[in-house]
Amino acid sequence: MLSIKNLHASVEGKEILKGINLEIKAGEVHAIMGPNGSGKSTLSQVLAGNEAFEITGGEVTLNGDNLLDLPTEERAREGIFLAFQYPVEIPGVSNLQFLRTAVNAMRKHRGEEEMNAAEFMKLAKEVSKQVDLDPAFLKRGVNEGFSGGEKKRNEIMQALLLQPKLAILDETDSGLDIDALQVVSNGVNALRAEDRAILMVTHYQRLLNHIVPDYVHVLAGGKIVKSGGRELALELEERGYGWLGIKDEDTSN
Amino acid sequence: MATTDKEVKELIKREYEHGFVTEIESDTFEPGLNEDVIRRLSELKQEPEFMLEWRLKAYRRWLEMDEPEWAHVDFPKVDYNAISYYSAPKKKEDMPQSLDEVDPELLRTYEKLGIPLHERAKLAGVAVDAVFDSVSVATTFKEPLEKAGVIFCPISEAVQKYPELVKKYLGSVVPAGDNYFAALNSAVFSDGSFVYIPKGVRCPMELSTYFRINAANTGQFERTLIIAEEGSYVSYLEGCTAPMRDENQLHAAVVELVILDDAQIKYSTVQNWYPGDENGKGGIYNFVTKRAACIGKNAKVSWTQVETGSAITWKYPSCVLRGENSVGEFYSVALTHNFQQADTGTKMIHLGKNTKSTIISKGISAGRSSNAYRGLVKFGPGADGARNFTQCDSLLIGDRCGAHTFPYIESKNKSAIVEHEATTSKVSDEQMFLCRQRGIDPEQAVSMIVNGFCKEVFKELPMEFAVEAGKLLEVSLEGSVG
Ligand SMILES: Nc1ncnc2c1ncn2[C@@H]1O[C@H](COP(=O)(O)OP(=O)(O)O)[C@@H](O)[C@H]1O
Ligand SMILES: [Mg+2]
Repeated sequence: MLSIKNLHASVEGKEILKGINLEIKAGEVHAIMGPNGSGKSTLSQVLAGNEAFEITGGEVTLNGDNLLDLPTEERAREGIFLAFQYPVEIPGVSNLQFLRTAVNAMRKHRGEEEMNAAEFMKLAKEVSKQVDLDPAFLKRGVNEGFSGGEKKRNEIMQALLLQPKLAILDETDSGLDIDALQVVSNGVNALRAEDRAILMVTHYQRLLNHIVPDYVHVLAGGKIVKSGGRELALELEERGYGWLGIKDEDTSN
Repeated sequence: MATTDKEVKELIKREYEHGFVTEIESDTFEPGLNEDVIRRLSELKQEPEFMLEWRLKAYRRWLEMDEPEWAHVDFPKVDYNAISYYSAPKKKEDMPQSLDEVDPELLRTYEKLGIPLHERAKLAGVAVDAVFDSVSVATTFKEPLEKAGVIFCPISEAVQKYPELVKKYLGSVVPAGDNYFAALNSAVFSDGSFVYIPKGVRCPMELSTYFRINAANTGQFERTLIIAEEGSYVSYLEGCTAPMRDENQLHAAVVELVILDDAQIKYSTVQNWYPGDENGKGGIYNFVTKRAACIGKNAKVSWTQVETGSAITWKYPSCVLRGENSVGEFYSVALTHNFQQADTGTKMIHLGKNTKSTIISKGISAGRSSNAYRGLVKFGPGADGARNFTQCDSLLIGDRCGAHTFPYIESKNKSAIVEHEATTSKVSDEQMFLCRQRGIDPEQAVSMIVNGFCKEVFKELPMEFAVEAGKLLEVSLEGSVG
């Protein structure tokens, strides 16, 4: 489904991604782990098309088509979803309005009827329950005054609503207590499907106890330095990043 | 405000009955302003003697005044002798004969605004023979309004039919010599609306006026006077649209509101005069004096305005809070794009005891535009226990535009309380990225973010106006991203 070949990207003239290679097939769950500052968020943002990052080399294809030529919104409509590490607020725009606009943009792209307010309300309420978010949140401004955990649940709710082909989840576990982690993990597991791939970015292995990945990759210094199965994550937990010769200021959790 | 074809036909008939249309068509004044022009204007409108005297006095005052220069706007000097002070609609053969001949860009805008087809034709200046403003609504709802004792008619009609009311209140809130443009308006105002709500009456419906300026139409100097007697209530809506023209056009209106004991006026404006093109060519100079006098105790006035049009907007709907416990509110959204300039805000003049005022101003600047909030909150010596709350928020789109805030406070009373909050923010790249990542078009994203920013003001607008205002923002913001 997604094929990344020798991808280089820089921001403000500084090279962050230094040749990433990754193949993700439909139905698979991949985890990308790595110390802070290793480029995990950069990779996520680059895949989603954030123009703040400059692609300096390599290619990325989605089902054979060049992804890097598409603007952000078209990538989204082709099924790429990014759950943000730090979701921004949009004051005064209700979550409901925002989400309906998004869902309808996707539906329009697929040539489907747009959903009216009542239909959408019904759907949104159901999905919000799936991530244990009070439907009252639908009426609030997008991420406005949400706690860290609420923002993360809101992101997963959006993934459930938009039903992407490739969901990239950037540190969706960070800042969550055990209960919230369970809720979010249930949401992510509900996303798992034959025709959908999930790319999970995380600093910690604990998320992987709840969402068991098919593959684990270690990102360091802008490159994937090691790939393996589930057991790689456990090994990392036990031995820390230092074991791979990587410096990390924070591996405790 | 939807008007059926039948109603339009009725209006057309009505106009002909008055023999008005033919008269106007043959009667366009040469450019230039002098006492003779004013006499001719007054005569044409069959005004009583007092009106002519009033106009001439205003004109003489105006001659002695200088054009103000203090606003944060910049424009070439207006040549007042190059303007025609009575310009009738263009001859029908000069106008587009059908929608096919109208600039498609303009039609696209109307379509987006959801303006019905026959309305679009009129707005575009197609030779459909129905020029109507307040008249339309007055006609449509003539009966219930008459039953309630409400007077709603063109001010030119009021001058003839209700001279006592006009004599008593015209210029009582905005005197002829108040400022340069008010003096000019007093001398040459062409038409406008007159509303009188009798004691204890709650006006049975929202009253609305759609002003449309054609270069040759009679809307440039309109004058509105609304009187709310004791314990009465009225909600008045004003919409303004103008076709595109390359020349700048001057629009100098005056609106006066008189509010007596326990009465309330809610005045909403959606102003979308032609703003000029993306290079700053053309557009309306919108220099307007709007003021409400809360004369009675517990009187209340709210100004809600959505200003998206005009090349230059210069207006400060104000409240003189004379009556004890009277309340003034100002809710404003001012959006500027391309080369538009806006200097707008309000004046809250607290004279009576325990008077209260609220100011919520939302300024949005895009392109190379300049947007200034200018507000005065003043407390007289008698304004014991008076208070004001002011919130001024500015939103910038891009980095070539400007936002400025000029809040002035003058207090002659120690017990008065003022609270002021101000913020400036940008439509951030992160917000845009979030929206686009969810599949939303960049233009739709900007309009959604801006609508969110304006929410507090939009909720003050009557429902159908709020919808229109939202759409208007979307249209006005076109081309502001990318
Ligand atoms: N917008 C940006 N401007 C400047 N530097 C950035 C920006 N985004 C990321 N970086 C830098 O890129 C490197 C990788 O960051 P990031 O991708 O966020 O890492 P991670 O998500 O793995 O913690 C860091 O050194 C960070 O400071
Ligand atoms: Mg990160």
